[in-house]
Amino acid sequence: MSSAAIARPVRFSSLGPYMVAGIVVLFLGAFLLVPVLKVIQVAFQDPSSGSFTMVNFQDFFNSSLFRQSFFNSVYVSGMSVVFASAFALPLAYFTTRFNFSGSVIIQTLAFVPLIMPPFIGAVAMQLLFGSNGSVNLLMRDWFGFDIPFMEGLNGVIFVQSIHYFPFILINLSASLQNIDRSMEEAGQMLGSSGFRLFRRIVFPLAMPGYIAGASLVFVKVFDDLGTPLLLNVNTMLAPQAYLRISSIGISDPMGYVISCILIVFSVFAMWVAFLGMRGKDYSTTQKGGGGLSKRDLRSHEAILCYVVIFSILGIVLAPHLGLLLLSFGSVWSFSVLPDSFTTSHYGTAFTSAWTFIKNTLIYAGLAGVIDIVLGTAIAYVVMRTNVIGRKWLDYLAVSALAVPGVVLGIGYLRVFYGVNMPFTDQPMATWWGIIVIALAVRRLPYALRSCTAALQQVSPSLEEASENLGASKFRTVRRIVVPLMASGLVAGFVTSFSTAAVELSATIMLVSTENDAPLAYGLYLFMQSAAGRGPGAALGVMAVIIVGLATYLSHRMVDRARQQRSSMEQATGDVA
Amino acid sequence: MSKMVHKTLRHLGTGVAIAAMLATATAHAADDKLVIVTSFPSDLTDVFKNAFMKENPSISVEVVNKSTSSGVKYLIETAQNNQSDIFWASAPDAFEVLKENSLLAKYESSVGGVASELNGYPINDPDGYYSGFALSGYGFMWNERYMDAYKLPEPTEWEDLAKPVYNGHVGISAPSRSGTTHLTIETILQGEGWEKGWQTIRDISGNAKTITERSFGVPDGVNSGSFGIGIVIDFFGFSSMASGFPVDFRYPSVTALVPANIGVINNAPNSEPAKKFIDFLMSETGQGLLFDPKIMRLPVNKSVYANAPKGLPNPFDGSIKSEVKFDTAVSQGRYNVVNSLFDVMVTYRLEDLRAAVVAIQEAEVALAENGSANAEATKLIAEAKALLHTLPVDEAKANDPEFAAIFKTKRKKQTDKVEGRQAEIEQEWDNQIVQNYQKAAELANTARFMF
Repeated sequence: MSSAAIARPVRFSSLGPYMVAGIVVLFLGAFLLVPVLKVIQVAFQDPSSGSFTMVNFQDFFNSSLFRQSFFNSVYVSGMSVVFASAFALPLAYFTTRFNFSGSVIIQTLAFVPLIMPPFIGAVAMQLLFGSNGSVNLLMRDWFGFDIPFMEGLNGVIFVQSIHYFPFILINLSASLQNIDRSMEEAGQMLGSSGFRLFRRIVFPLAMPGYIAGASLVFVKVFDDLGTPLLLNVNTMLAPQAYLRISSIGISDPMGYVISCILIVFSVFAMWVAFLGMRGKDYSTTQKGGGGLSKRDLRSHEAILCYVVIFSILGIVLAPHLGLLLLSFGSVWSFSVLPDSFTTSHYGTAFTSAWTFIKNTLIYAGLAGVIDIVLGTAIAYVVMRTNVIGRKWLDYLAVSALAVPGVVLGIGYLRVFYGVNMPFTDQPMATWWGIIVIALAVRRLPYALRSCTAALQQVSPSLEEASENLGASKFRTVRRIVVPLMASGLVAGFVTSFSTAAVELSATIMLVSTENDAPLAYGLYLFMQSAAGRGPGAALGVMAVIIVGLATYLSHRMVDRARQQRSSMEQATGDVA
Repeated sequence: MSKMVHKTLRHLGTGVAIAAMLATATAHAADDKLVIVTSFPSDLTDVFKNAFMKENPSISVEVVNKSTSSGVKYLIETAQNNQSDIFWASAPDAFEVLKENSLLAKYESSVGGVASELNGYPINDPDGYYSGFALSGYGFMWNERYMDAYKLPEPTEWEDLAKPVYNGHVGISAPSRSGTTHLTIETILQGEGWEKGWQTIRDISGNAKTITERSFGVPDGVNSGSFGIGIVIDFFGFSSMASGFPVDFRYPSVTALVPANIGVINNAPNSEPAKKFIDFLMSETGQGLLFDPKIMRLPVNKSVYANAPKGLPNPFDGSIKSEVKFDTAVSQGRYNVVNSLFDVMVTYRLEDLRAAVVAIQEAEVALAENGSANAEATKLIAEAKALLHTLPVDEAKANDPEFAAIFKTKRKKQTDKVEGRQAEIEQEWDNQIVQNYQKAAELANTARFMF
């Protein structure tokens, strides 16, 4: 399996791939590169004269605060990958390897942590795990001590691994489902079994998915500012950038310098992940089997698996349980549970929620679709063509991960406010579509990683076969490649969609009328006042349920399609 | 080059325009429109919006909610093609930034009964670009359950918050993050003087459990019980109480009452409705709405106080003492210096600061328990305190416009030359501060281990 990749012969010299690459570059150029450069050019300007200089970067490396922030960020990201893997590996393996009655439900639930509504999620976490939260109040009562879950860098690691482990879970599961069963069987026939089989055969074959997920977690944690701000930890890079960019009236160039550093380091991390994958061939031609053979568990094994699964789910879903309590609680202050329960918050939330929900579904849905289309296009150009500089397409898309939402928001206002929409004559920056594009650009890296991992597992020989039989390039992609990538595409769509549904930082810059506002903005409105906490939580719960449902339905669709395919294949004989 | 980009973008826009047409077809307006950009929660804006539209059915009001800082950035970036009519927010400094960028239009409402000054402090912008519509004072709120559980006494003055008993129980926001906190800090600095003021601020911050990233984080934390006492603007306390949280609020004797403001935006597309809205806000009807339990702010129209709900003080009859004569010019001049200084000394180095403050507090307790007679320990503690309170800049330098200019990258003219960079100076401060904090902790610990 890990034979060196055979250099694929240059299979076509047409302009097709250049056109696809060109369209992608145009899109990313207009909606990522230009707006961001317009904003962060300040980093390269001498504050006193406005001329080009690198002195700001020198200041960055001279500052002990920034150096410390940089190391903290790297440390937290690395540790988060370790803990997130510990959460994700058992869940992914158990649900794809064994016959569980509720695999889809477990996969869906385990994915919910990604949907952490802004602000209100933080309040729920504090009320549960904070130093005077439910858990610590109980511990102090019973044992006389408490645990600082939510303090310092370790607090950030704790929250981040809960929050982002689904990235690994989703991509790893998709990979596991794509493994050629005959590889596993061959291993078994040669006498391997149990953990050894997993370590030597199954996990290495699923490596593209794991690397895709782990690198996403690393970069995302590195660039994330929500959690550090929630814990008020500001000696990390992303919050340093944010704090310096978003204060009133100050235009300290260091915020933009840090943004540049974030972007460069993120691309560097992705490059390292790419190096780790290079020279290995993960594709398999056999696609009919549909992943690992599933087997039933003996009863004591089943109990053990369920204990592991439910304790992991218990930890990672606790914040959402807190959210639920908050939405039904009247007053919850310095106590284990709310004082009393009420449904009135839902009434308040519903009066304004409908428009928000509708907008969110449209925006996040469109953004998700744009993302998998772009993601597939980029992945294909990067891996299957010889377009010059194709790797940079990937890096360009990934750099979106490191661009703070505020920077993108300001950039859009700066570039698109002067451009009027045709017919309506309204500034383009106030058009709702610009919010969709902002969401799509910000979430593209998620979909792209999934698409890349999925394509890595499709053997080019299947395409060659198709082309030998006379199909055109486009037809091959449509009829062979995309269907084979299906589970990866859904994984990509789901991650983009659900995280876009709760995005706030770019959205809040761009919303220009309440009619166009998505749910996250509605949440923000509520979370500005003491009375808004309950309705805000209710709105948050609605967001989680809607996105959760959408995820569940997507999983079901893929499962059904796969079943159909394998039954069809059984009827017509094996494909490969 | 950028022209070409724009051209490409415009073409791109045409491509997606059809979809846009479908979506915007639903938008239809009443005769007049009014677009308000605000940082206030919908609990406040909805009340005024509904009452105003009842009186003026022909005007449809659109409220766009943004945090103060993104609101300011939004108005700056959209000025080239402005669509907003009113900016409505608490922090006067946000209005100052807008005024400096010529983004506000002059308008002075002539509604009767509205006070123009309070204890010599003007409520409206002297140049007429924005007006105060409600007053707010600063104080502290606390969670009663928390105070009971930790057996803490109720604080009454700023100095109380510096006492060892409150260590780890206080929450504040950073002045660079929150315009209201900036005013609190500036009030203490002007009330107690530069040196003494920073001493109080650092002693209080040394007791802080956390420095929150936005102003609302403080009442939020007190309401949840994450920390016990928060330094907040009054209506956060009043409205939390009105929402049923087990909290209380008090003004200390040194406080400043500052106005929350509203202003018309320059080149507003609907300036007439905008003026009407401001007049409505200042009228007795409008001012009376401030007593809504979810709002609870102090009106500037004296005549409405007759109907004030219980517990809401009337600043015009002296029920709030405000000993500080707040000097806006001084505050404005050193605005960024104070913000940056606080961040370097407190926000970014909270752990070092806290360690030093705790060490000194413990050493003092140990000294007192042993009869306060140890001369060497007394000397060490005094040295530690002096190190802790050392300031990297004195008042004269902070108020020096040339020095303050370093913290403003926005130059008026291309030829304006500024010496030094913010990052450079912050690094200098940081070196000195961290060293001082660590040395102070060391000295205090040496003193404590003498017993």
